[in-house]
Amino acid sequence: MLHYVKTIFVSCATAALALAAFGVAQAKVEGDTIVLGAALSFTGKYKTNGKHTKNGYDLAVKKVNEMGGIKVGDKNYQLKVVYYDDESTPARGAQLAERLIKQDGVQYMLGPYSSGLTKAMAPVTEKYKIPMVEGNGASRSLFNKGYKYLFAVLSTSEQYLAEAINLAAEQALAAGKDPAELKLAVAVENDPFSQDIRAGVLDDAQTHSMNVVIDDKLPKELSDMTVTLTKVRALKPDVLVVSGHSKGAATAVRQMMEQKVEVPMFAITHCEAADVIGKFGAGADYTLCATQWAETMTYKDDYFGSASDYAKLFEKEYGYVPPYQAAESTASVLVWVDALQRANSFDTDKLRDALAATDMQTFYGNIKFDETGKNIAKPMVLRQIQGGQYKVVAPTKWASDKLIHPRPKWSER
Amino acid sequence: MGNLEILLQAPIFSVQLLIDGLLVGSIFALAAYGMALLWGVMNIINISQGDYVILGGYVTLTLYNAGIHPLFGVPVAAVVLFFVGWAIYRMVIFRVVDRDLFISILATFGISILLQQLMDQIFGADIQSAESGLGTLFLFDNQVTVGQIKLVAFAVVVVVGVALVLFFKKSRMGQAIRATAQNARAARLMGINTDRVYAMTFAMNAAICGAAGALVVMTWVIQPFIGLAYTIRSFMIVVVAGLGNIAGVVAAALGLGAAEQFAAFLLGAEFQIGFVFGLLVVILLLRNMVLKRQRQVLK
Repeated sequence: MLHYVKTIFVSCATAALALAAFGVAQAKVEGDTIVLGAALSFTGKYKTNGKHTKNGYDLAVKKVNEMGGIKVGDKNYQLKVVYYDDESTPARGAQLAERLIKQDGVQYMLGPYSSGLTKAMAPVTEKYKIPMVEGNGASRSLFNKGYKYLFAVLSTSEQYLAEAINLAAEQALAAGKDPAELKLAVAVENDPFSQDIRAGVLDDAQTHSMNVVIDDKLPKELSDMTVTLTKVRALKPDVLVVSGHSKGAATAVRQMMEQKVEVPMFAITHCEAADVIGKFGAGADYTLCATQWAETMTYKDDYFGSASDYAKLFEKEYGYVPPYQAAESTASVLVWVDALQRANSFDTDKLRDALAATDMQTFYGNIKFDETGKNIAKPMVLRQIQGGQYKVVAPTKWASDKLIHPRPKWSER
Repeated sequence: MGNLEILLQAPIFSVQLLIDGLLVGSIFALAAYGMALLWGVMNIINISQGDYVILGGYVTLTLYNAGIHPLFGVPVAAVVLFFVGWAIYRMVIFRVVDRDLFISILATFGISILLQQLMDQIFGADIQSAESGLGTLFLFDNQVTVGQIKLVAFAVVVVVGVALVLFFKKSRMGQAIRATAQNARAARLMGINTDRVYAMTFAMNAAICGAAGALVVMTWVIQPFIGLAYTIRSFMIVVVAGLGNIAGVVAAALGLGAAEQFAAFLLGAEFQIGFVFGLLVVILLLRNMVLKRQRQVLK
């Protein structure tokens, strides 16, 4: 009796194994569906942005499928994404990348949310030579490790606020002043991503030989920057640059307002994520916000039309205005679509080469990768909050509105 | 040392730093009261301390979003957290009161993770804050600014502190808590229901943290995962001040608050936390030396 049970068990196990092996071999393309894989933060501290990323991916997949899918060879394929929840922790992200590739047989990866998670997953995709197109890992440390299979559609972190320095220099020249006389204050959170932003700012300040009078690294643990602002009041810099994710943005805008700190130019990141307009109303006015993308830009593509068409479609689908995190996620999928069509093959090495040769315009911006895999064709955008609205003021080529400079004094508002 | 020069040339900025430091310290003092209370009475180091603070913040935020002035959040959050604390005691803490310190640290660490994830589920991971609309005081020719909410926070801390002292001195429950802290077994023999005393203590701690959280959400910003900063700060204040001494806790909180503002100004913001921890080590060493000397006298 026992013998029979054992035989049945063994044959079942063998069958299951065979099925699994078969499954793995076929999973990258199931019938007429191409399977992309992504580990995203559905729980934990990146939950909100994880959702934006997923919505971005899903909208792209939906649109591409509606328009007939992707033609590879002489057959049309539909797209599908397999998701896992990385719980906002890098270790889990790395495990899931392994699982997606080894168990689910995914051959085409989409990026997670945040530089930290991307940093954890990139070594895994690299090991298995699986290309990953990502739109939410901006840290420049991702692009100095010689990764061959990592492609990022977004501008890297050192570009985030560098534009503000150039804008300040432009303004100084226009006012007949030497940019070298400008005093710069930098207060940036003490984490790798924000420190990249600082490095970019300091590089640009050096090219204009500006004088850096404050260079504070804000501790992660605290949501208070009174001390830095006291220094700003004492030293009266011409430009104040602050970055520290949503917490930094909310804290900076709030305390500038509460303490009525006067500074001619004030530039930060993560305005949208921190919803500084919604939270602080007029107190947020005249703040310069760095963004990857704005729906008022004039980029176009065949799938979504213009940036504003995309914004409308996204809002109709999900009920809120797309933040740039969603737009760049959508763009990542479009890059895959373009590469699959050009490569006309499912071979990952051919696809990698096709990705490396990408040169296209999407609603999100132009995309062209350098040899490290980062997008060098799209500039960062600076928007100024004017009357509770974001207005693009730099770079000048894409600007829809004029910069108000210097910021009006608090007493005159 | 360019920063020192600023302070020497414009001493008014020292006033700013001092005032800010004291007011910031007062908010930390609240959470530290509670921690000293738990530690002293129940011998529990509560890792989830900061999460009650943040939860109090979310209670206030809920009121604020419903159109109620966030200042009402101070009493409301205290009451809500009192019941939350009571429930947590009845579910988990009573099992670990008489056990090893390590067990209680593990248990409260678990509660901390649970609270964080629940807050994340219910309120979302975004940074949030409530506007008290109280405005800012400008002193000394606008050189010194003081957010009025910080003054309110300071007043709340004083009121709660006095109320606690009176409670422990005058009320039956307060006396029972003190008796239990001194010797739980003897207290039990005298007919004190120590289980009730523990529940009360734990609930009171949560209530105090809740009130602190209401002040935090009006002064700074909150997010489900930043409770640990408040736990660590409270822990440090209690270590410096010792147990069972409310005045000591307040003094240590205010002192540390002011010290770290000056350190951040002079050394740069990145050394703010590092400085405080360095100070902690120095204080512990000094205290150890003093104690050693006293022990020698006893010998």
